Amino acid sequence: MARARTGVRAVGALLAAVLGASLVGCSSTGGKRAADARKAQAEAVGKAAVSTPRWTFAMVTHSGEGDTFWDIVQKGAKEASAKDNINFLYSKSDEGQQQAQLVQAAIDKKVDGLIVTLAKPDAMKDVVKKAVAAGIPVITINSGSAQSKEYGALTHIGQDETVAGEAVGTELNQRGKKKAVCVLHEQGNVGHEQRCSGAAKTFEGEMQNLYVDGTNMPDVQASIEAKLQTDKAIDAVVTLGAPFADTAVRAKETARSKAEIDTFDLNPKVAAGLKSGALGFAVDQQPYLQGYEAVDLLWLYRYNADMLGGGLPVLTGPQIVTQDQAAQLEDYTKRGTR
Amino acid sequence: MSSTAPPPVDLGKGSAGDERLLAVSPLRKLLGRPELGSVVGAVAVFVFFSVVADDFLQTSSLSTVLYAASTIGIMAVPVALLMIGGEFDLSAGVLVTTSALVSSMFSYQMTANVWVGVFVSLLVTLAVGAFNGMLLTLTKLPSFIITLGTFLMLTGLNLGFTKLITGRVSTDSISDMQGFDSAKKLFASELVIGDVTLKVTVLWWFGLVAVATWILLRTRFGNWIYAVGGNPDAARAVGVPVVRTRIGLYLGVAFAAWISGQHLLFSYDVVQSGEGVGNELIYIIAAVIGGCLITGGYGSAIGSAVGALIFGMTSKGIVYAEWNPDWFKFFLGAMLLLAALLNAWVRKRAEATR
Repeated sequence: MARARTGVRAVGALLAAVLGASLVGCSSTGGKRAADARKAQAEAVGKAAVSTPRWTFAMVTHSGEGDTFWDIVQKGAKEASAKDNINFLYSKSDEGQQQAQLVQAAIDKKVDGLIVTLAKPDAMKDVVKKAVAAGIPVITINSGSAQSKEYGALTHIGQDETVAGEAVGTELNQRGKKKAVCVLHEQGNVGHEQRCSGAAKTFEGEMQNLYVDGTNMPDVQASIEAKLQTDKAIDAVVTLGAPFADTAVRAKETARSKAEIDTFDLNPKVAAGLKSGALGFAVDQQPYLQGYEAVDLLWLYRYNADMLGGGLPVLTGPQIVTQDQAAQLEDYTKRGTR
Repeated sequence: MSSTAPPPVDLGKGSAGDERLLAVSPLRKLLGRPELGSVVGAVAVFVFFSVVADDFLQTSSLSTVLYAASTIGIMAVPVALLMIGGEFDLSAGVLVTTSALVSSMFSYQMTANVWVGVFVSLLVTLAVGAFNGMLLTLTKLPSFIITLGTFLMLTGLNLGFTKLITGRVSTDSISDMQGFDSAKKLFASELVIGDVTLKVTVLWWFGLVAVATWILLRTRFGNWIYAVGGNPDAARAVGVPVVRTRIGLYLGVAFAAWISGQHLLFSYDVVQSGEGVGNELIYIIAAVIGGCLITGGYGSAIGSAVGALIFGMTSKGIVYAEWNPDWFKFFLGAMLLLAALLNAWVRKRAEATR
């Protein structure tokens, strides 16, 4: 008993020490307090701004686990849902078959609107048509602009990956680059292939593809390092996702290369990197818009039978972001909306 | 047995001297079944989601759940048999994708009737299964290592060959080719009974469970599986063909992977080469929740089906309950641990009351 009691006492003392230390040893910079202050400043989400009935919209994406990009899409969708008095449901799977089953589950729930990504168009074909047949308005986002209309979706909101890739190639030309590497972090992703081939199409120099395992960051760094070490002539590295830009910067430093690192998509680190000049430019497809607009458009469709795009995809990108816009975007990326 | 009966021991009912000839009460028999724990778990999960999710009990929702369970269950059956035989197969997940890719690309490139591709795919898939089994026998390495190697090699082959042959990461469409419609009927059709839509995979699944149960309980090969899994040396000593049994089990996994792969192909007509990674663990989870022992020698096919059903109910139940899907893996892990504990407890009780 006595021993148990000393144990309890020790734990109590330890807790007290931790609490005391955290009170005394405050950080005057960063941390949650700074984030809360930022949040209070820019609180976009409030009460519903409309008096339409509470509809239920479901979003089913091909996202993997813990993906920053899809976090931003969700944020946009949730903030639009709050405004439009929508009950918003989100589900995801990176296996085509599972994603199709999740859409089927949304149909079973008789949702009032459906938002899907068509990264695996053939796996989604039947089930999306089924949703349309069941009278559910469907909007596709992010991927599948080619199939969206055929499957009966009202419109598609996203970035044309080939167009985005071409914009990168043009930008690289303007920057006078001669030899670039396109880093694909997800083998089997059609959109990624389109980005790199689009960039190769407009880029006048030589473009090589480098495949890395995106689920394993150290491996990504080692692969880029090895590439830069073996070929000193490389003067540009294009990564296809924001988290990989930072890794590429590290790899470049280790390999003592002169290459400029450019990337698709934004995150706080990319914004900071653009600001400091560690990164050349970023191509943003504004994921927040994809989520926000999809929900808002479905609401408009139910409320007023409106639709954007005139039968063509509604493009949210590419938007080239350089050092000039970085300062402003830094706050927004920290807020998780860019 | 000597002719003189041993001193009577109090064995409960029907003490006949030989414990193997005891009349066992039906309750005892039930307690001795490997899948009992998982059935209790499945009922609990079902009741839970029926309460928290309004849409869970609709017929359309239940058929979605059944379909989700069947896509896992078809593979969980032979994986359970393999685990009863004391071995692992980590290549089962990507083998499904391989089967679909071979079938699709062979038909397309040869401009052959789709059935030709389906048949070639069966041969290739069985060859991979045989390769796993042979390598296990020849090298004496643990199956965990061997199939881990096969898993990695197949993942690479899937991507590499698809890119090499089609120039893309997915296959070309074969839906306009001869034989597609009849093959789709067999592997990916839907049966509408009243207002219930039953996918054909559910029938395949039930069929496989029935066949596997019959093999385990009524055939010589079934006895061999238990013997090999329980103690391979002892099994060899009494004349069980250990090598043939193991290869047979791997062929079983390959056959089911072929069915699943053809289902993928004929449901979606185009196959993504990078899929299937990670599913092998889900098959193993279904088998373990269903009462299979990791060490072999114990388990059942029905249990694997119940495990797959639990997986299907959880993965879709979370959607019907409108929860955040981020928690799904946590639930799955917790359920695996709970099921394993429950199974262990039931097994102990069953052995104690014998």
